[in-house]
Amino acid sequence: MSDESVGGSDAVDTSRRKFLTVATAATGAVGVGFTLVPFISSWKPSERARALGAPLEIDISKLEPGQMITQSWRKQPIYVVRRTPEAVAALAKVEPSLKDPKSESSEQPKYAQNQMRSIKPEVLVLYAACTHLGCLPKQYFTQADPAMGADWPGGFFCPCHGSRFDLAGRVFNGSPASANLRVPPHSFESDSMLVIGVDAAAQGAG
Amino acid sequence: MAAATDSAAGKAGFRAWLNKRLPVDEFMESQLIGYFAPKNFNLWYFFGSLALLVFVIQILSGIFLTMHYKPSELLAFDSVEYIMREVEGGWIIRYMHSTGASFFFIVVYLHMFRAMLYGSYRAPRELLWILGMLLYLALMAEAFMGYVLPWGNMSYWGAQVIVNLFGTIPVIGPGIVEWIRGDYGIADSTLNRFFALHVIAVPFAIAFLILMHLVALRQTGSNNPDGIEIKARLNADGKPVDGIPFHPYYTVKDVVGVGVFLIFFCGVIFFVPTFGGLFLEKPNFEPANYLSTPQHIAPVWYFTAFYAMLRAVPDQQMGALLMLLAIVVLFFLPWLDRSPVKSIRYKGWLSKFFLGAFVVSFIALSYLGLMPADGLYVILARIFTTVYFAFFILMPWYTSIEKTKPAPERVTYHG
Repeated sequence: MSDESVGGSDAVDTSRRKFLTVATAATGAVGVGFTLVPFISSWKPSERARALGAPLEIDISKLEPGQMITQSWRKQPIYVVRRTPEAVAALAKVEPSLKDPKSESSEQPKYAQNQMRSIKPEVLVLYAACTHLGCLPKQYFTQADPAMGADWPGGFFCPCHGSRFDLAGRVFNGSPASANLRVPPHSFESDSMLVIGVDAAAQGAG
Repeated sequence: MAAATDSAAGKAGFRAWLNKRLPVDEFMESQLIGYFAPKNFNLWYFFGSLALLVFVIQILSGIFLTMHYKPSELLAFDSVEYIMREVEGGWIIRYMHSTGASFFFIVVYLHMFRAMLYGSYRAPRELLWILGMLLYLALMAEAFMGYVLPWGNMSYWGAQVIVNLFGTIPVIGPGIVEWIRGDYGIADSTLNRFFALHVIAVPFAIAFLILMHLVALRQTGSNNPDGIEIKARLNADGKPVDGIPFHPYYTVKDVVGVGVFLIFFCGVIFFVPTFGGLFLEKPNFEPANYLSTPQHIAPVWYFTAFYAMLRAVPDQQMGALLMLLAIVVLFFLPWLDRSPVKSIRYKGWLSKFFLGAFVVSFIALSYLGLMPADGLYVILARIFTTVYFAFFILMPWYTSIEKTKPAPERVTYHG
């Protein structure tokens, strides 16, 4: 290097200096951005949380019509009911006495926003928490159950504050709860294998 | 005699030695003795220093609580009961901290109201106001996460409601909620990270913001009840004629304020630590139970005004947005006020009316947020939410058309 190329001019090349400053800062910013990744990711559900919250497979081949089983998924109790054909037929008749018959202000996946609130007419899947204050509604599936009165079509009754739901989890007028029982995301892997936590639409089975 | 002179010389020697290495005297002189504050401060001017005092109380009591508290789903509730029953002095440290949280909001709300009363947010103090608002936001985050830590049933369901608010953000909402919780429900991971944020991250942010707030205050100088700039009139030494050195005049005055404050503070700690369920809610004396919701989910009193607005709107998404706006709009206060005078003393009756209506609506909403959301309560919440926003939205109009009194040349003491 000759002396001329080093000290050829006393003037500082500011545009060059500015470019280097910006380039250094930009490179540093990219580095900071990448460094943030593990910190931000550390807030996502851990492998353990994901394993514990994985979809739940339930074999319902032995579930007889009129029976109900309770399962736990992501710390929430889930009711699975196989409704009798008569119970399914009764769903249309109770509509005038329901608060939200079309489930418009209730929580359920799109494929369960129908009269049965289910994918298959006979299989009902619900979160077992009353939409009033979270108590567990009890099963009163027999029509005209003596405890519930002669016009009882069969359904659920919440012992805490007396909310009543039909066999699609839809809330009756005069109940303290204002929304229907919630339906968890679910789908069918086969006729007898119910999967809680995987949406039916995702499988193309909706 | 000779010994005394020697020791005095020694002290001077040490002071000189120290000041050569650490500018103690210079700092005192420039920041406290040489900092001139208006001489007409009134009662409203106690709450800034009191907020700083409560911050110190919270840090000190909080450090000692972390020595016994365990941030785990299984141990948190029991560890708080352990502090209350088995740790010597534990109960008073915990009550200091829980009472401190409520008093923090009391003094901060009064401090903010003072700024609204005398136009302390107006130019050139816009940034001072914004830094204060950021402090308020940080304080809200700090209080919310602190409330989750005892892992009582209201902690749990309160966290559920607040975290789910983020779920109303379109598209990314559900993902954000899962990211905040670190699980598919409010869980151990949520509690553990709230603990980390509550004891390290947010207090650091608050301390930094307090420093910035004070630096900005030193730059602009304090406003005063007359809302005039004391720097406009300087004496021969270049000091404001209507100003007095902050130290010793206001430090001594603030010490009196501290004394009175502590009477109230200790009164609550000793006689009504739960304050009838307002400072410590009754359902929070039961452990968190994800199967059983409390009868009425309500946040602690200092959030209930915003909670009432949330519930006043039938649509959850719009409700959350409105609640956010209710806080965001405060940031714009410096630009909404178009009055030629700063202080309420010289503003017209429209400003007085709207400020009064604002205070009434904030108190009414705070009450309504504690009540169940049905019937008349919802209708009232809608009315007061409208009044709350009217105060801000109509401000450019009523502050510019009303007839104001001329602000005085020099500060006054009456009224």
